[in-house]
Amino acid sequence: MSELDLLPIQKTINLLAPQGRTALLPLLHEAQDHYGYIPETVAEEIANAINVPLSDVFGVIEFYSLFFKHPIGETIVHVCNDPACAMAGSESIYKLLNQKESFKFGGEVKPRITIEVAACLGLCEHAPAMLVKGQPMISKDLQSWEEIFEPSRKRPQTILGGDVHRLTKNCGKGRRTNLDQYLETGGYVGFKKALSLNPGEVINQVKDSGLVGRGGAAFPTGLKWEGAANAEENTKYLVCNGDEAEPGTFKDRVLMEDDPHLIIEGMLIAAYAIGAQKGYFYIRGEYLTSYKHVIEAVQEVRDAGYLGENIFGSGFSFDIEIRRGAGAYVCGEETALFESIEGKRGFPRVKPPFPTTHGLFGQPTVINNVETLANIPIILSMEIEEYKSIGTEKSPGSKLFCLSGDVKKPGLYEVPFGVTLRHVIEILAGGMRSEHPLQAILIGGAAGAMADPSQLDVRLSFEDLRKEGLPLGSGVITVFDETRDLRDVLLRLANFFAEESCGKCFPCQLGTQRQHEIMKRIAKRKVKSSDINDLEDIIVTMTDSSLCGLGQTAGSAIGSAIKKWPTLFSPQELKNEFVGGQNG
Amino acid sequence: MGETIKLTINQQEIECEKDQTILQVAKSVGVDIPTICFHDHCTANALCRICVVEVKGARTLIASCVAKVSDGMVIETHNERINRSRKTIMEMMLSTSDLSQSPQLLDIASAYHADENRFNDAERRNPPIIDDNSMFVRDYEKCILCWRCVQVCAEDAQYAFAINFKGRGYHTQISTFFEKPLTESTCVFCGQCIGVCPTEALKPKRQWLLELGYESDQIMQMTRNERNKKTKKPQTSSAEK
Repeated sequence: MSELDLLPIQKTINLLAPQGRTALLPLLHEAQDHYGYIPETVAEEIANAINVPLSDVFGVIEFYSLFFKHPIGETIVHVCNDPACAMAGSESIYKLLNQKESFKFGGEVKPRITIEVAACLGLCEHAPAMLVKGQPMISKDLQSWEEIFEPSRKRPQTILGGDVHRLTKNCGKGRRTNLDQYLETGGYVGFKKALSLNPGEVINQVKDSGLVGRGGAAFPTGLKWEGAANAEENTKYLVCNGDEAEPGTFKDRVLMEDDPHLIIEGMLIAAYAIGAQKGYFYIRGEYLTSYKHVIEAVQEVRDAGYLGENIFGSGFSFDIEIRRGAGAYVCGEETALFESIEGKRGFPRVKPPFPTTHGLFGQPTVINNVETLANIPIILSMEIEEYKSIGTEKSPGSKLFCLSGDVKKPGLYEVPFGVTLRHVIEILAGGMRSEHPLQAILIGGAAGAMADPSQLDVRLSFEDLRKEGLPLGSGVITVFDETRDLRDVLLRLANFFAEESCGKCFPCQLGTQRQHEIMKRIAKRKVKSSDINDLEDIIVTMTDSSLCGLGQTAGSAIGSAIKKWPTLFSPQELKNEFVGGQNG
Repeated sequence: MGETIKLTINQQEIECEKDQTILQVAKSVGVDIPTICFHDHCTANALCRICVVEVKGARTLIASCVAKVSDGMVIETHNERINRSRKTIMEMMLSTSDLSQSPQLLDIASAYHADENRFNDAERRNPPIIDDNSMFVRDYEKCILCWRCVQVCAEDAQYAFAINFKGRGYHTQISTFFEKPLTESTCVFCGQCIGVCPTEALKPKRQWLLELGYESDQIMQMTRNERNKKTKKPQTSSAEK
């Protein structure tokens, strides 16, 4: 491959090189897209152009699962293996694709197809999910397997429902809401209102709304903004975290694909409030449609004068740069995401210092989740009392829930905080898919916890769930009927964390691996009497001592299952149980 | 000089200067906190988490090598909760890497009653030894990923940037650019990485050959050949930067 033609990517290299190291991921994406992998000579060229050590560039290529250092097939297929997709048969799709001889041989150099097993693709409502050349493909729609080589099939539609439609009013229409359509429905009214206030008043309004972060950590948004606004430095950043990858979550994808202007308006208001001149919109690498739609929407507002210098003569200047992730769940952790933008391996940083004082490029930074930012224009464009008229006293407003698994209508549902779990599962999602009764519900995703049927009447609010020992997390509700093998579900979660641990701190790097090994044994019904004790020590150690939120929650779902169903982990019980059958 | 603050370590009230880490302050009053990845001359990254302590009001345990003290802090450095983490981390390390030549780590393991056979059917990391230069070998079966070698090769000391990581998570390993031999990397063979390695994963070649049972004169013979090769082919060497 010594005769490699560098010309096609040279233009991009020349264009981005002045940015320095922060251009590394965009340049690697360019190389990956163009060559189908990242050849050594190209990596060298990029390293020299942006003045980054060769070994560091290699370290970055190796960290992100969407970058390959060897040639891959002409068509790359990602088959999802998260619990919802596995229940819908993704394992057999994976096996079948691998067995098809005709897929193995293509050109002389490249195989025709490369099949990758992927952690949750964020298409849980379409289980079993696949990405073909980065585009979602619903296997149910396929007539023949040869069809997967036909490009650009239409985007699968998400079932959208709920009791209210504040965040989702422009979603589910089968199109991206463009600027004109967005303006017709009251778009950018919140931003104009914000410009008429001073930044402190905007922050107070957000504080008064009681909004807390929707990415999982539930930190009060107004307080975060205030921290960054009060920081001394002149250069500040606003980052939108669209690196949605929690298994079972697809809410941010729907918002980014269908109504990107809502998020962009939220970013504008946030940037104005904290005094940021530059924003980054970081989108999960697997979400190509989101990436495309956000690029289009940003261009529309830039052309219309909502971005740039001295916006509408207000004296406020702001612009947005869009970044793609490259296949690393840990980059959803805020400081790991900064590292990724800076062109590094996505290692979470030690906190403190916190992002509000030392964030992106070491500057004061606010980083908010997509759904959090989508709430901002709504808060600004209505009276606080109206915003708080739905939801509970401590959890005002509405929330998006992602339903998947054994329900009739898996999809995205917007509800006011405080409705019951039963309401969402039985009324909105249509109840159980088959006659088999409910066995368990995974709340909050892989980093969440298991609930059982006795908890169906818990109200979905931060305070009520906390009392039940359940995390709201990113709003995941995955439903399992009684035919499902919970040990297999837990094994998949353990596998997920072992795959996605960044390897920085020892408890998580080692603990996710040991947890996975033990769960592999348990799922095969080869349980040792010491397993439950070993798992508990590993989980407590990861929770207590890991450096970031990934490790601290990597044992959460399994830990909750140990408390609820200790027999799943006990060797005695297995003797009386026929293999493959249901759980006690 | 600095501002003085008051805090409590293991029920003992003390006064100390601000802007120090918990580890520094503990040491100054004779409280011993175990450390593994921490090194006086390397940037502390809080990787191994053996130095975790309990700080009143904190949700999780805190890595004392990086956490700064503050006024009124109430710290415990040894209790059941902390010891459970330390013991489990040691047990997981023992079932992962070859620590047989790391007496300091084995001391910590025994101090916390870590059972080396606890995870005895675990997948160990056992990559082959890399013998690609005449100065030292890299035996990553012994590597615990403390990052010290990567750091001294980069901004902590040498600015040679010869090594970084390949893979991630449990399957991370220290590596050169595209896994090339060190002689084709930017390595300047300064030996700083060998100096900071806590587990003898990086070992002088002569020591390695002696351990394998070769006699001194055999080793001279073997390495002489390599030295000769090197003088004939200066362009493949470490001298370029």
